[in-house]
Amino acid sequence: MSEWKADRPAERLYNGLIKENPTFVLMLGMCPTLAVTTSAINGLGMGLTTTVVLMMSNLLISMLRKAIPNRVRIPAFIVIIASFVTVVQLLLEAYLPALNSSLGMYIPLIVVNCIILGRAESYAYSHGMIASFFDGLGMGLGFSVALTCIGAVREILGAGKLFGYGFLPDSFVPISIFGLAPGAFFVLAGLSALQNALRNRKAAQKKWKDGSGENADDLPEGCGQDCTACGMTGCSSHGRFYDTEG
Amino acid sequence: MGGADMNTIKQLFVILIGSSLVNNVVLSQFLGLCPFLGVSKKIKTAAGMGTAVIFVITLASGVAGVIYRFVLQKFGLEYLQTIVFILVIAALVQFVEMFLRKCMHTLYEALGVYLPLITTNCAVLGVALTNVQKEYGILTGMLNGFATAVGFTVSIVILAGLREKMEYNDIPKPFRGMPAVLLTAGLMAIAFCGFSGLL
Repeated sequence: MSEWKADRPAERLYNGLIKENPTFVLMLGMCPTLAVTTSAINGLGMGLTTTVVLMMSNLLISMLRKAIPNRVRIPAFIVIIASFVTVVQLLLEAYLPALNSSLGMYIPLIVVNCIILGRAESYAYSHGMIASFFDGLGMGLGFSVALTCIGAVREILGAGKLFGYGFLPDSFVPISIFGLAPGAFFVLAGLSALQNALRNRKAAQKKWKDGSGENADDLPEGCGQDCTACGMTGCSSHGRFYDTEG
Repeated sequence: MGGADMNTIKQLFVILIGSSLVNNVVLSQFLGLCPFLGVSKKIKTAAGMGTAVIFVITLASGVAGVIYRFVLQKFGLEYLQTIVFILVIAALVQFVEMFLRKCMHTLYEALGVYLPLITTNCAVLGVALTNVQKEYGILTGMLNGFATAVGFTVSIVILAGLREKMEYNDIPKPFRGMPAVLLTAGLMAIAFCGFSGLL
């Protein structure tokens, strides 16, 4: 979308939802993606909780970006993120106890979600407040949409329902494995195979068009290759908590 | 040996088997997926990562347990657990790395590469939070941490072994790389479901 100006709210939302969707394109934050998507409603709840934390932490980090010294930025980010996670957790406990108990331990674990630290490090620390806020909103919504979709697939296949309502004929026999742990791996495997297939086709088309094009095999393969996708966008570019050399 | 002692030993054994096999940290709780998928190309590196994780998780759950009991609980600050635990873990990993580099160089050479990656391993924070949730004491918590980490090591080494064999297989093009690994992990998860009858 070249006609959209960079760092405008609308461009940030498009970027988070489609262009750099954290789950489908960047493949970040796989732990909550697999763990809580047993049903569409759980996926949606987790996605929205993460969105709130991501928006608020991006906003605050962007506000404080001139005040945080470069060397201790990672600990500072972690404290800010962990504080918002605690606030959100206490609010959920008070007002949405059902969602809180079904997500359980995965709410405090939002702290170690690589998407949040990754956006703080790669976007909020170097951009203005409004752009960072909308970047957080876009990324969070992209994450929510992805989790809801995966949750819906697992719920339909595993229980024959969607958002708790059965709509399939009685002759449909639910494949209960999709509601259990192995199903999460299978759904994600199918998803990333689809992603690979689309990328291969795109690369082949490009090659056919201008004769150069990147070879599909050279492209990075999301989170799994050598842990750099998470380890590096996550905790720090040097893989260290503090910058000991700096 | 008295009946009370027998009960304690039985409870500890249940924790050991439960945390390492039945509720496997990767295959049934989905914690620590990044290193599980990322560092499982060769058995040797997988075993190195596993050892580093055992070391760090056991230590971290001990330290987190001590801080929870003697600082947070004493002053009624339990709600700060998430913030405190993540900082303690990150600082501990950094400290362990510096200590090993200075004092135990052979161990540093074996584990050093993996240590920084463990900070983002959600299993470490997950174990600390589980220990609080289940109200384990400090030593029980450390045992739970050790068992969880052993479960992680077992599954990552098995996955690495399978991936080494899979190198020579002819896999359909879209399924090469990540999807094939995820399918393998899913089949392993089915196998690990079999352990649920143990307890």
